[in-house]
Amino acid sequence: MKTFLKAATLALTLGASSLAMAEPVKIGLITTLSGGGAGLGVDTRDGFMLAIKQSGNKDITVVTEDDAQKPELAVQIADKMIQSDKVDILTGIVWSNLLMAVVPGAVAQGKIYVSTNAAPAALAGEKCDPLYFNAAYQNDNLHEAMGEYASKVYKKTFIMAPNYPAGKDSLTGFKRYYKGELASEVYTKVGQTDYAAEIAQIRASGADAAFVFLPGGMGIAFMKQYAQSGVKIPVIGPGFSFSQDVLPAIGDAALGAKASGQWAKDLDNAANKKFVPAFQAEYGRLPSIYAVQAYDAAQLILSAASKASVKDVKAFTAELNKADIQSPRGKFKFNTNRHPIQDIYLTEVVKENGTLTNKIVETIFTDHGDAYAKDCKK
Amino acid sequence: MNRETRVNLLLLVLLLAVPFVADALGQTFTVTLVTRIAILALAAVGLNIALGLGGLVSFGHAAFFGIGGYAAGILASHAMSGEPMLFGFEGSAQMPVIWIVAMLAAGLVSLAIGVISLRTSGVYFIMITLAFAQMVYYFAISWPAYGGEDGLSITLRNGFPGLNTMRPTEFFLVCFGVLAVALVLSALLSASRFGAALQAARQNEVRLASIGIAPMPIRLTAFVLSAMITAVAGALYADLNRFVSPSMLSWHMSGELIVLVILGGTGRLMGPVAGAALFVLLEFWLGGITERWQFFLGLILLVTVLFARGGVIGLFAGKERHG
Amino acid sequence: MTLALVIEQVLNGVQLGVMLFLMAAGLTLIFGVMGLINLAHGSLYMVGAFACASVAALTGSFWLGLVASLAAAAAAGALIEITVIRRLYQRDHLDQVLATFALILIFSEGTRWLFGSFPLYLDIPPLLQGAVGLPGGAQYPLYRLAIILAGALVAFGLYALISRTRLGMRIRAGESDREMIAALGVDIRTLYTLVFALGAALAGLAGAMVGALQSVQVGMGEPVLILAFVVIVIGGIGSIKGALIGALLVGSVDTLGRFLLPQLLALVVPPDQAGLIGGALASMLIYILMAIILAVKPRGLFPAQA
Repeated sequence: MKTFLKAATLALTLGASSLAMAEPVKIGLITTLSGGGAGLGVDTRDGFMLAIKQSGNKDITVVTEDDAQKPELAVQIADKMIQSDKVDILTGIVWSNLLMAVVPGAVAQGKIYVSTNAAPAALAGEKCDPLYFNAAYQNDNLHEAMGEYASKVYKKTFIMAPNYPAGKDSLTGFKRYYKGELASEVYTKVGQTDYAAEIAQIRASGADAAFVFLPGGMGIAFMKQYAQSGVKIPVIGPGFSFSQDVLPAIGDAALGAKASGQWAKDLDNAANKKFVPAFQAEYGRLPSIYAVQAYDAAQLILSAASKASVKDVKAFTAELNKADIQSPRGKFKFNTNRHPIQDIYLTEVVKENGTLTNKIVETIFTDHGDAYAKDCKK
Repeated sequence: MNRETRVNLLLLVLLLAVPFVADALGQTFTVTLVTRIAILALAAVGLNIALGLGGLVSFGHAAFFGIGGYAAGILASHAMSGEPMLFGFEGSAQMPVIWIVAMLAAGLVSLAIGVISLRTSGVYFIMITLAFAQMVYYFAISWPAYGGEDGLSITLRNGFPGLNTMRPTEFFLVCFGVLAVALVLSALLSASRFGAALQAARQNEVRLASIGIAPMPIRLTAFVLSAMITAVAGALYADLNRFVSPSMLSWHMSGELIVLVILGGTGRLMGPVAGAALFVLLEFWLGGITERWQFFLGLILLVTVLFARGGVIGLFAGKERHG
Repeated sequence: MTLALVIEQVLNGVQLGVMLFLMAAGLTLIFGVMGLINLAHGSLYMVGAFACASVAALTGSFWLGLVASLAAAAAAGALIEITVIRRLYQRDHLDQVLATFALILIFSEGTRWLFGSFPLYLDIPPLLQGAVGLPGGAQYPLYRLAIILAGALVAFGLYALISRTRLGMRIRAGESDREMIAALGVDIRTLYTLVFALGAALAGLAGAMVGALQSVQVGMGEPVLILAFVVIVIGGIGSIKGALIGALLVGSVDTLGRFLLPQLLALVVPPDQAGLIGGALASMLIYILMAIILAVKPRGLFPAQA
């Protein structure tokens, strides 16, 4: 009887929305759970599932599969999830190249895609799609923020990224806002692990800062080698270079490094104060930005599902677009191209109780969108 | 009809029947899965000509697979945008045209690679083919025009005259048709004088030379032919995924192609088909059970190499008959 | 371009070469003695790095970690030799490629099973922290100098082992005539296990030393493995001397290519284009080098046997 009463009051307080909730939603989560990039995928999955678990919503099922960071496998899994599991929404892909392989086909088949990380320029501008949402950022954003910051502080910057599209986007994004002089522009091999030659160039360049975008293992290798080289030029970079998943492996070499990010653990808002301890309690480690992004993607889906039926794609995406969530990032809304408009901060790597983490220093951009939104006409 | 022929026929009938039954039952994904089997089998049929018949262990066939894939991607993207490429050619979204371009491109590249690589033998050959494939791989990653590492999407699957390739069963029929042609070609080849000379070159080079046949041109022809067939498979694979990326060129892909051939049974006509079927099903089945599927896939491969020589076909059809 | 920069880059080339030599020496030794092509050599490198990182984290001592890396890699090597590799000596290269390819899958996923998906932390020992001054005003990391020294010691040790000791004599005999050495009553099975474990230990040592410079993560052995293959093919498979010279050649060409190509190109094209094209060419450079060398000398620079 007691439980019945509880349920009844709950139904009353939630009002009509709980009726729509009865519509089951099936979500396909494709992410990288094996191979070198598995750390990012594990955080994506855990962040996403935390939001689902907290909601207690039993009408939502999530099918998770490992893409092993292979585009062909991701496509195969997406096909399977759409054709065989009959999912309504796809999400979870970490890498731009995998996303580019999956999204055009998925939206062509009328499925909604909510990106938890990858945000290639191609899908933000002319080729944007009403069914494709990005809960993270646009790939260029964090690099743009570092360009803006470097303009204020430094006069001559050495810039470096891996020789692949995300790397080129990175340096383009940086240069879009950087007004000072460039000491040199260097592209490294994808997956490179020894940066002695590049560090020697930084030393000889006469720059007063080095902007470096090297995600994952590449960044770990670079930072450790840089710390040993005796070069004193400060290294700055986008948040990925110093996110929570790589910091323990870089070690103290990362201390003091400045980066840009749309979230940090110490961000002062109610949602964040709830999220960080909840994630730690559930998984026994600090969340990374990937976990936050996935957490928000899940929140977005949950919020839309409580107001519209997923079978009515138009109504559902309209609800998604309202972004009615409490993000640990604080302010969050969608731009006209369904990519976030959000604040971007300058962070610094510090040590707290023996654990390396990022701390917010200042705000670089307020309500920052992206450069491609104007080309998105759909 | 001997036992191997019966096993072979059974395999082909199964391969052809399953997609239609599945489609009738509404199991669209099964059709996709079997299409993938047919395409990988085609790639392996190509590799089997060099590897099984010629004994040329190419660890770089991903290069040709990827070149085929990029032929499909690049031609389709130009056909889509209407932007002319080389010599004012405006690309094409027709599979037969794409296959011809894929074969020409892979043929030329494999000719260049073959001329240098076939001067070496044994481990050197394995490694130099790997090195050439790595060259192509890094080129594709750093070449910005067609997407680099991000790859290239094919918005609409390329067409085939008289068929609607967007329908899974009709696209499967195209793939099955090409596979059947390649199998017939491969059977004719191994029974021909050329095939005999190729196998003789594998078994005893000196004897071949003593009857006045130089092994090099024979091997080179086999290598180029093998690359061309694999390239067509690459083009179909790009169409299946509606996407092509440098990972099709990676050395893991070369390794997987070798796995397909050996798993099925080296040098057997239908070995590549059996190998591809087993590999795709294993990957699918294990991937559904555990995140650690690569561990178990490795174990199964290892056991196959160590204890089941002759592959799947060998298991069902008994030892290879010589003569 | 200053003298200091040139000196630094040359040292970088040598250091990369020395690392590659540690990997290549094991590979070429195993091929020379047993005729086996081992793709799983990169996995042993990874085992060394993981052993070093976890023991160092546990005890706080890099040096204990280094010992652990040698022990763990040698043990893993001996284990796979006895259970798997031993059955492959009589097989053709095709079976060897496939079986050791399968071993890579098993090792990689197995390591992830044990250690999780996140990279491990391994730091340079305090003794070797920091940089030292070189003539010409250059600064160079002490740890990289230590790696060069360690590599030189290993090269010398290997030379002494093979040319001066009883074990070395058996190894040389095993390379030239397998039946003969068995007939002489040498326990060939034990000899092979020993040689394999020795090669594995060298790979493990390389993994541990590099682990302190990079990230210790699953799959870290694969890029190095391919480079090591390029090295032994250029040097001539089976030749330790070839491996040393090939390693230094590949190390220097790769490092200097990455550094010089964009600068050379910058003379003719705009700088951002030069960076892109130069970077692309530099990543293909060693494979081009290998193709040229094999086109001229199909059995490498120092063919081991006729």
